[in-house]
Parts: sequence; C-alpha cells; structure tokens
Amino acid sequence: MNDMTPEREERVAGLKGLGCSRKRVEDARFTQGKGNYVDDLKLPGMLHGDFVRSPYAHARVKSINTEAAMALDGVVAVLTAADLAPLGLHWMPTLAGDKQMVLADGKVLFQGQEVAYVIARDRYVAADAVELVEVEYEELPVLTDPFEALKSDVVLREDLDPAAPGAHGPRKHHNHIFTWEAGDKTATEQVFAEADVVAEEMIYYHRTHPCPLETCGCVASMDKVNGKLTLWGTFQAPHAIRTVVSLISGIEEHNIRVISPDIGGGFGNKVGAYAGYVCSVVASIVTGQPVKWVEDRMENLMTTAFARDYWMQGKIAATKEGKITGLWCHTTADHGGFDACADPTKFPAGFMNICTGSYDIPTAYLAVDGVYTNKAPGGVAYRCSFRVTEAAYFIERMIEVLAIELKMDAAELRRINFIRKDQFPYQSALGWEYDSGDYHTAWDKALTAVGYDALRKEQAERVEAFKRGETRKLLGIGLTHFTEIVGAGPVKNCDILGLGMFDSCEIRIHPTGSAIARLGTISQGQGHATTFAQILASEIGIPADSITIEEGDTDTAPYGLGTYGSRSTPVAGAASAMAGRKIRAKAQMIAAYLLEVHDDDVEFDVDRFVVKGAPERFKTMKEIAFAAYNQAIPGIEPGLEAVSYYDPPNMTYPFGAYICVMEIDVDTGEHQIRQFYALDDCGTRINPMIIEGQVHGGLTEALAIAMGQEIAYDDMGNCKTGTLMDFFLPTAWETPHYTTDHTVTPSPHHPIGAKGVGESPNVGGVPAFSNAVHDAFRAFGLRQSHMPHDHWRIWKIADDLGLHG
Amino acid sequence: MIPAAFDYYRPKDMGGVIALLQEHGDDARVMAGGHSLIPMMKLRMAEIAHLIDLQDVAGLDGITVEGGRITLGAMVTQHQIIDSAALLAAAPILREAALQIADPQVRYMGTVGGNVANGDPGNDMPGLMQCLDATFTLVGPDGSREVAARSFYHAAYMTDRDDSEVLTSVSFAAPRGGYAYEKQKRKIGDYATAAAAVQIEKNGDVCASASIAMTNLSDTPVWSKAASAALVGTTVDDAAIAAAVAAMQADIEPVEDNRGPAAFKRHAAATVLTRAIRRAWDRA
Ligand SMILES: Cc1cc2nc3c(=O)[nH]c(=O)nc-3n(C[C@H](O)[C@H](O)[C@H](O)COP(=O)(O)OP(=O)(O)OC[C@H]3O[C@@H](n4cnc5c(N)ncnc54)[C@H](O)[C@@H]3O)c2cc1C
Repeated sequence: MNDMTPEREERVAGLKGLGCSRKRVEDARFTQGKGNYVDDLKLPGMLHGDFVRSPYAHARVKSINTEAAMALDGVVAVLTAADLAPLGLHWMPTLAGDKQMVLADGKVLFQGQEVAYVIARDRYVAADAVELVEVEYEELPVLTDPFEALKSDVVLREDLDPAAPGAHGPRKHHNHIFTWEAGDKTATEQVFAEADVVAEEMIYYHRTHPCPLETCGCVASMDKVNGKLTLWGTFQAPHAIRTVVSLISGIEEHNIRVISPDIGGGFGNKVGAYAGYVCSVVASIVTGQPVKWVEDRMENLMTTAFARDYWMQGKIAATKEGKITGLWCHTTADHGGFDACADPTKFPAGFMNICTGSYDIPTAYLAVDGVYTNKAPGGVAYRCSFRVTEAAYFIERMIEVLAIELKMDAAELRRINFIRKDQFPYQSALGWEYDSGDYHTAWDKALTAVGYDALRKEQAERVEAFKRGETRKLLGIGLTHFTEIVGAGPVKNCDILGLGMFDSCEIRIHPTGSAIARLGTISQGQGHATTFAQILASEIGIPADSITIEEGDTDTAPYGLGTYGSRSTPVAGAASAMAGRKIRAKAQMIAAYLLEVHDDDVEFDVDRFVVKGAPERFKTMKEIAFAAYNQAIPGIEPGLEAVSYYDPPNMTYPFGAYICVMEIDVDTGEHQIRQFYALDDCGTRINPMIIEGQVHGGLTEALAIAMGQEIAYDDMGNCKTGTLMDFFLPTAWETPHYTTDHTVTPSPHHPIGAKGVGESPNVGGVPAFSNAVHDAFRAFGLRQSHMPHDHWRIWKIADDLGLHG
Repeated sequence: MIPAAFDYYRPKDMGGVIALLQEHGDDARVMAGGHSLIPMMKLRMAEIAHLIDLQDVAGLDGITVEGGRITLGAMVTQHQIIDSAALLAAAPILREAALQIADPQVRYMGTVGGNVANGDPGNDMPGLMQCLDATFTLVGPDGSREVAARSFYHAAYMTDRDDSEVLTSVSFAAPRGGYAYEKQKRKIGDYATAAAAVQIEKNGDVCASASIAMTNLSDTPVWSKAASAALVGTTVDDAAIAAAVAAMQADIEPVEDNRGPAAFKRHAAATVLTRAIRRAWDRA
C-alpha cells in the first residue's frame, strides 16, 4: 500500500512536507522591508528611554545630579537606583543565580554599565538629557584579567558575603563565582601518571559578541485602567520573560502579555533579561504611558551579553600508537562584573562537559572556575548550545596538539579515536549519553571529497617552495570533527529559573481543512514558519501552505522556553509531531465513522485515511476536518485541535566533518580561503534549503570569530571594539564559497529523528578555520596561537617563528 | 548614535557659505557627502551647531581634463571618479585608489573635497594627492588661494585650511608612467592598515622619476621624498626597492591600535610599498 505510484508521489509532493526544499514563507515580507520589528512599533503617547552609562570600568558613584536633565524641555523623568530601591528593583536576579544591578547602586563594575535612565517625549531629547546628567565617580583599581582577579585584594562584588556560598557552591575568593566539576579526577590523574604521551596546552577562546543586526530593545505599555502590562521585545524566550517580569514586579502573570515580534537575529544575545527591560516597565508603570527603549550598536556590543572568554588549560594522554586514554581540562571562565550567563540552572558552565567531543575517551576530568572581572556580564551561547563551541574548540585544538606531539597525521589520529557506530548509545566519561552517530562514514566521505592526500602532498611541496624563497604563502588544512549536544532539554536535569525546558505546540484544524499551529519557541531568522509547517504537513496530511505557524505572543501561544541552543527542532519540533499525531488519532476515528468501518480498519495514507485493502474508499483530511465541525459523531467531541508539551527523553547529538583549506600570506597576515567543505549530520532533514542557509550563515559567523571578531579591553577596562569599524562582521566580500554535504543518522528518540542544525556550523566552523591557520605553520613548529587570527596576530606567528628573515 | 541638535543650512552659492562660516566661526561646519562628518556627530565626538550643506552650491562639481591638467570639483564623488572614462585615461591611479575606499554605498556619497579636507590620517585621498603633487584651491572671505597637498596637512584633523575657508577644487598635472595604489585593510569598508601610492616614470631601463606617498602610518599622510629619490636612476631592482622601503621607514611613525602594533604596521608598510613599486614599474 505504500508503493510510490505517481499519483501518490504527487500527493506527497503537494504537502511540501519533510525533506522538501520549500521556500521560506517569511521571506516575502523580509525581502520587501515589510518585517515588523520592535523599533517599528509606534504607540500613541509613547515615551523614549535612554541610559546614562559609566565611562569607567570600576568606580564608586559618589553622586548623581539630574537637575539639568530634568530642566530640559521634553524630559519626563530620570530614574536612578535610589528611585528603584523602594520597589526592590534596583537589582534583578540573573539567569545564573546571581543578581545584577539594574541601575548603579553605589558603584559600577564595567564600562557602559547603566547608571541612570532618562525618559523623554522624544528619542533625541532623551539622548540630549543623558549628556546633562552629572555623575561624580571615584575611580577604583580595574581588574580585566581573571587570573589576576583571583589573586587580587580588590573586591569587585562588595554586595556579596565572601564567606557565603554562591548559587553553585562554595566560593574560593571574593572574586570567585563557582567551581563546577565533571568526571573522575583521581582516575584521570592516574591515567596521566601512567601515560606514554601527554600533550599540554592553554587554549584560549576569546571574548566576542553575538552582534545581531537588530539590537536589543522593548516597548512596555502599562494599561492603568485594566491593570495589564504588554511588553513587546526582542526576546528569544517570551514566556520565560513573562514569568520573570511577574516574579520581579509582582504583577500577576495573567496580567502580563509578552510579545516577540519579528526578531532580527538573536544568536543568544536576546536570551537574558536586561536593565533596559526593567527600567522601561517601571517607566511605563510610573508614567502610565508606553515607553520604548532600543539599544544602539555601541550599547549592544559593550553592554548586552557577550560570549566565550574561556581560558582552557588542557592535557591529553595517549598511547604511543595514538589511542587517547585520558583528557583533563581546567577552565578559568571570565564572567565579567555579574554572573549573567544563560545556562540551565544546574549547569553553570553549560554543557562544557561535552568536551570529549567525537572521541572514545575512557577517562576524563573537567573543572571550571567562574571569575568576576571589570567587564560586561553575559557569557551566552552565541550560535551554539551552552558552551558547546568552547568545548568543541578545546578538544579539536587538543587533538591537533596531540598529533604534533605524536608526529601523526591529525586526520588519522581522529579516525583511530572516533566513537564507533556500534558503540551508540554511547556513555561519555563526562556524563552524557550520545544518542546516535556514524563518525567514520562522515569522516571518510569528507576526506575523499576534498582529496585529502593530494592536499597534504601539495602542502609539503609548498613548504619546500617557501623554504627555497619561491613563495611567501603557506597552505593550511584545517580539520574538524565535532559533536554537539543540543535540544535542552530533559526537564529532569534542565531548567531555567526553575522552569523545565520542555516545549510545546498547539494545533487547530479549521473546518475547511487549513490550520494554525502555535509554538512556545520564537524564530529569529531560523524559518520556523516554514519548517514547522512541514513537520505538521507530513504528520497530519494538510499541505504546509495551508498551515499558519504563529509564535511569540504569550497570550496565544502555549508555554515554552524559547529558541536558543538549537532546541527548537529537537523540542518544539518534537512537540509539533506529537500534537500532529494526536490530531491524526482523532481524525482516524472520524474517518472510520464516516466510512462506516472499525477504527482499526482504516490507515493513514499521505493526506487521507483509507480503508485497509480498499484504497478507493477513503476520506481526505479536508473532509475529515469538515466532518469534525458539522457532524454529531457519537463518543467524539466536536472540533479538531490538539496540544502537546514535549519533555525530551535525551538531548540530541548532531555532528559533522568540516575541512578548510586556507592560503596565508606570512608578510601581511592576510588569509584566503580556497575551499571549505562542510558535512553535517543533523539526523532527519526537514528542509534541505534551510539547512544549507543555516550552515552558510553559521560558517560565516564562525569565520568572523576565528579570523577577527573580538570584544577587547585595554588595561583600564575600556572596550576597544565598540563599533562595527573594529568589531568584525564579514560582508559578502570576506565570505568564501562553502560546499555543503550531509549524511543522515536519525536521532533514535526524537519523533521524526531530527537533531537541530542551526548552530553546528559555528561549533564546527571555528575550530576548522583556526586549525587551518595553525596547520599552515605546523611545519615551522607552531603548536598554539590564540584567536582571533586577524592580520597582525598571524603576522606575529610568522614573526615569532622567524619567517620574516 | 543620536546627534545633538543642529541648525541646517543649504545655501545656493559660495557667498552664502562664507557668510555663514564667518558668522558662526568654529560652531559651523560645511558638509559634503557627510560620510565622515555625520558618524562623528552621531558619536557626539563632533557637536556642530550649524551645519552647512554644500550640495546646492554651484560650481563645485565636474571633472575636467584639459591641457595636461586634471581638475576635480570638491563635490565630485568617489563613485564619479570610478565612473569617469576621461579620468581613467588620464590618471588611472585615481580609479584604482577609489575602488579601495569604503564600499559602493559610501562611495556614492563621499566626495574628494571632503576626503582631502577632513584631515583624518586614515583617508586615502590625501596621500594619493601628495603622490600626484596636487594643489588644493581654497576660497575664503579674502578670496581664493592655492595650497600644495604636500604642505596642507599639519597633524591629525589639523590642516592649512582656515575655519572660514572652503575647499573648492583639487588639481594636478596628468601623471605619466606607471602607477599603483596598494592598500592593506582588515575588511571591506576599513581604513588602511598601510597603503602606498606610487607613480613611476621609466626612461629606457631606468627610473626617471618617482613619487611615493604612504597612508595611515603617521598622523598625516607621508610623501616620502627620500623613498622617491631612492628609485630614480636605478633599474628598480630588489636593491633599489629595499632602499626605497628603508627610506620610507624613516619617514613614517605608526602607532599601535586595533589593527596591530607599530612593528607590524612597519612590516605591512614595507610589503605594500614593495608591491606598489613592482606593479607601478611593470606598468611604467
Ligand atoms: C563605512 C565607511 C568606510 C570608509 N572607508 C574609507 C576608506 O577606506 N578610505 C577613505 O579615504 N575614506 C573612507 N571613508 C570616508 C569617506 O570616504 C568619506 O566620505 C570621506 O572621508 C569624506 O567625504 P565626505 O564628502 O563624506 O565629507 P564630509 O563627511 O561631509 O566632511 C568631512 C569633513 O571635511 C569637511 N569638508 C567637506 N567638504 C569640504 C570642503 N569642500 N571644504 C572644506 N571642508 C570640507 C567637513 O566640514 C568635515 O569636517 C569611509 C566612510 C565610511 C562611513
């Protein structure tokens, strides 16, 4: 009955379901400039907020004089911590169990910190008034180095009792936040004591920023008549924001409506709660008027959540033949002035314990120390699941370092250490159960595709030519085999502020056979309206084109934890499939009734239920939908709706093999990417075109991070990279051509076998680009050089290796 | 990124511009393409109470190539430079340089007058104009005067132009021989890490004349007389190029910034100059 007759094939194609490269339904409005972003919102009487920010990285705030600002025509109010204190809102809880100043309470801890909030009738007046607020500061010693911070007498967080434990256990020093451990320390030490070979290296993953094209912002509107607060904002997790706003403000949750309209990229930057949201809500409550606050680019780069800044001291042990026997990692994590990382509560270092990567490493130990410094808070998962990019970069660099130590080919070293296909589900030494994988197949396919052996030969010839003085360019071959952990996650171990990380989908089938589905997630460019309709189309037999997907309005969408960490498809995608199956189960009963047979005698066939053995007797989903609304069917309620809250049994583990071939000019430090091959295995592929788009975008962000993008500070804690002149965002000009490829290893526990893909290219891309740079200099003795590999740092590698004569 | 309030003027003639400049002194500034000035105002690094738009002022546009002399009106955009066939024939180095400035959107707005009058060491046209030995025409309350590009720049944002003067045109003799504009930058739309403008004339196998100017390696553009002289009379072999590079090094004073430390910039300067000389010599 499942024979693919042309007629059946046509019906399948008509659905535009799973596997179809359906064009993105969102693009019609985005390409015509018809998107509707927070800053497009204009409400009658709307006021504008703007911040007075600290020019200093560490200072005492002696006094704030708002008189001159208040005197400016058009200024409505200026809020300081003193105004918020009676409401208990001068501090707010962070997602990481710490608290953070909403407005400077006696001191500032990073440059750009919010000191006062000006509310004015006009955006320009607000900016002028900011200049008129007089703040007297007394500068304090600045700590920008986490290692120094752990030794310094300077106390950054005077509000914390140094003797009391923090949210994640004991604190070792007044600037220490937490220690988090995974694995078996004693066993690991034993392995290292007995190892044939040990390679050791400090791997630094520098501080950078997600820098979405649309910055963060909100419009708060308190209706004093009905007591309802509506909050539009650039939120990656609107429901969580609603709950947080309720908990912080005391407004009952049913009186709060949070709306995420179109979002111009998030990449983790829009997960957290920011001072701007709190101040805007307060301002609207105080004034009774809607209040808009939207960051400018400098504010976004300098103050809202950064990413990375992990110092990863690593050791890897192996036999002489290259079989890895142990891994050790101690990470010093620079969290800035407040611990505002966005991680599941029990994971203050995210899923850094995925750092054994794609390899069968029997024994491992990881410890992470979080540290306060005078830098902006954050530490979000920038286009990756929580700290997974850091973990992948760490292991993929350590493998390269081990290959150098062993004088082995790095591709071969990976191959002999991969977890084998027959080992899945695989229990890792640091505590995860990998769901599925077939690394050897992917690896061989990748190496063959790029002609790996020929590349190595060419590289060796290039080195000789360089030594003979015939060229000033070196060739690097950057290898990466990454394994991610995404789809947070099982409620038993994943929550944010106590909210379990399930997700949801609610479907309503209309009488005429079209549908609307609402989810607890929110697209920021991922194309949910396209792909979730495809999942549903295949599940319920209604064409994707007839299904509206809606997200982001907490008054209408079912509760969910939002979109980040590649969790939408693994969690909300699964909820969609499960809700679809509930629809199908009811449809089956309706069909059986209409066809006058027993429920068990009909079966689903693409877009209809047919009588088993009599395919000419069927009812289409369209007919069934209509019947659900116009027939009195004994024992069945009218209507055709379903909702599913999905708590995943496990994470999903996408993987991939990336190879980057790079030319490097040793004199200018410039690079050119000759070839980039990306093989992704994200399990079942919902929309290949969207996957390709996600891979291209993620690789380009990876290129940015590896080759130039950073948030840098001077010794005074001044941010040196606050504009796009210095913060590298690649354009089409800097972006190379990418070749994409795939294998398909479905997730065994996900209803449709899908794993999530949006972040893979960032996770795998960064080490691929970085390894290419390192590999180019391997013949000359380079072991490790920190990112970003911008021109001068590459020049410095060459200079230090004596390649400039 | 919200500028302070300002008054906006759009006079039709130069007299109107000068009158406003005289009236408001340092509080007034002319605006050409606005692509250096407006970012500064938005960052509130410049607060300009009176902004005088030059767009409607007659007589500031046009590219003329006549009698071996090239004149660019101050309001000629970088895009118009790239687009001009006459200029490509008469002074191809301009197109090569303009194509390395910013991106197409900026080049539609940015003008040659604004670029050379700005005084930012990162601008590419000042060094280029020094290489070409251009003359700037300035008009002020007391009439007009001419200043050589090579003596126009005193320090970063400090030029020979008086607050009440307007730069109306740039002119230079059509260059002869080979040319090259070589620029290293971090990305599209970036100012130079190091850039070199080179014009070389060849006589038989020998270099008859050379002009070398460097960009963003000091607080002003650097026309290196010694580097230029090092090539003259040579066959522009490796030794001559090395001598020119060494001479150039003595004239620049790079400082560390996000593009890298001074030592790196010196190396980049040597590399771009070497490449520029080779390309110019090949074309000579
Ligand atoms: C993203 C970006 C990248 C850029 N990259 C480069 C680059 O790589 N190389 C480069 O050279 N430039 C670059 N620029 C600058 C650009 O070329 C500017 O347009 C140029 O520097 C100034 O020209 P303008 O016509 O825009 O001048 P404006 O911004 O209008 O004016 C600049 C200054 O010159 C003064 N001025 C303007 N015209 C006159 C006049 N006729 N007489 C007297 N004073 C005058 C103004 O008062 C002002 O002080 C970049 C700009 C941007 C925004």
